[in-house]
Amino acid sequence: MSDVTAPMAGKVIEVKVQVGDTVNENDEVLILEAMKMEMPIVAPASGKVSEIKCQKGDSVAADDVLMVIE
Amino acid sequence: MFDMIMTTGVVHLTIGNLVMWLIAFLFIYLAITKNYEPLLLVPIGFGILVVNLPLTFLMGEGEGLLWKFYHYGLEWEVIPPLIFLGLGAMTDFGPMIANPKTLILGAGAQFGVYVSFFGALFLGFNIPEACSIGIIGGADGPTTIYTTVHLAPHLLGATAVAAYSYMSLVPIIQPPIMRLLTTEKERKIKMRQLRPVSKKEKIIFPLVTVLVICLIVPASAPLMAMFMLGNLFKECGVVKRLADAAANELMNIVTILLGISVGATMSAEGFLRPQVIFVFIMGLVAFAFSTAAGIMLAKLMNLFAKEKINPLIGSAGVSAVPMAARVSQVVGAKADPKNFLLMHAMGPNVAGVIGTVVAAGVFIALAG
Repeated sequence: MSDVTAPMAGKVIEVKVQVGDTVNENDEVLILEAMKMEMPIVAPASGKVSEIKCQKGDSVAADDVLMVIE
Repeated sequence: MFDMIMTTGVVHLTIGNLVMWLIAFLFIYLAITKNYEPLLLVPIGFGILVVNLPLTFLMGEGEGLLWKFYHYGLEWEVIPPLIFLGLGAMTDFGPMIANPKTLILGAGAQFGVYVSFFGALFLGFNIPEACSIGIIGGADGPTTIYTTVHLAPHLLGATAVAAYSYMSLVPIIQPPIMRLLTTEKERKIKMRQLRPVSKKEKIIFPLVTVLVICLIVPASAPLMAMFMLGNLFKECGVVKRLADAAANELMNIVTILLGISVGATMSAEGFLRPQVIFVFIMGLVAFAFSTAAGIMLAKLMNLFAKEKINPLIGSAGVSAVPMAARVSQVVGAKADPKNFLLMHAMGPNVAGVIGTVVAAGVFIALAG
């Protein structure tokens, strides 16, 4: 099981996957905005998205778990 | 009838005026279509356009409208410090406080300032002119303007436009230099998450910084004092209205006055000189050397550091905030999409602003 965590504080501007989706390592799963810059967050490992803990528009802090991949 | 025609500007137009119109249209075009520094290039471009309309005397000493903006805003040194007040209210020094080593990178990235200072001297500029050209390498518009108005006001249009041009070209100028000077392995270096910085630390920082820097380099006081005051507004948490005003309304107002005043200094007779080309060339040299010096300094620090620094954050020591930090993030993510350098790069980036102000203070003290 791998957690997708926020690398820095920011705002979630797009969640690109849904629970149940299969993703490969380095696939973009979410877009985070910080310092007016959009940054793609990639899957740390291949697997199935089992839980999404954020939604579009959420403000997140560094190290917050954004989703879980099994 | 003849007299009436002679009172119009049309018959007094020169080729130089037309060339400056083209430059004005180019700036406005780049701002609107390419989004290059639009907040500045639109008023600068417009200022260039109207100051090159014959017989308007907008820059007529003592009476012209734009002359008044220029004289009371820039020559009286009001606008650049007010811009710094707004910048302070927008700047988060947290990444630098969390990793104070980045201060060294911000200072090291001022190397290009001195390279181009000596380069400009070599090309025949005098010392005050060379200082004004060198400071372009700090990639900080208001500091460049402040220094030039002090030391070589006749070069203001050229140095200001060069500084803002290179700042907007950060994403084009820096990446090739960054890739050239780093290995793939270095670009993939992951840095530990920055520690949280307390509110107390953030409040103490501007107070201590203004005391230390203004004691060491008193000539930097106008910019540094306003920079740190703006930051204190932001961090103390009890004057939100003032912090918002400094970062928004006041910043916008002075940006309009700054842009149009800089544009107004670019009359055909003042701007269309071979000297200006050298200003642009030396500005680019300064910028490139500053970028390279930041990277090389990070690599040098890695020889001694236990925890390695990704050298890509060194280039953010030029103070174009936050463009240079964004470039570090983009180039780093290309090497490894799981690597996030943005906040790490903000440390040298904001340190670079302080470094450029100090360099300007030293120049003004020595050559002013």
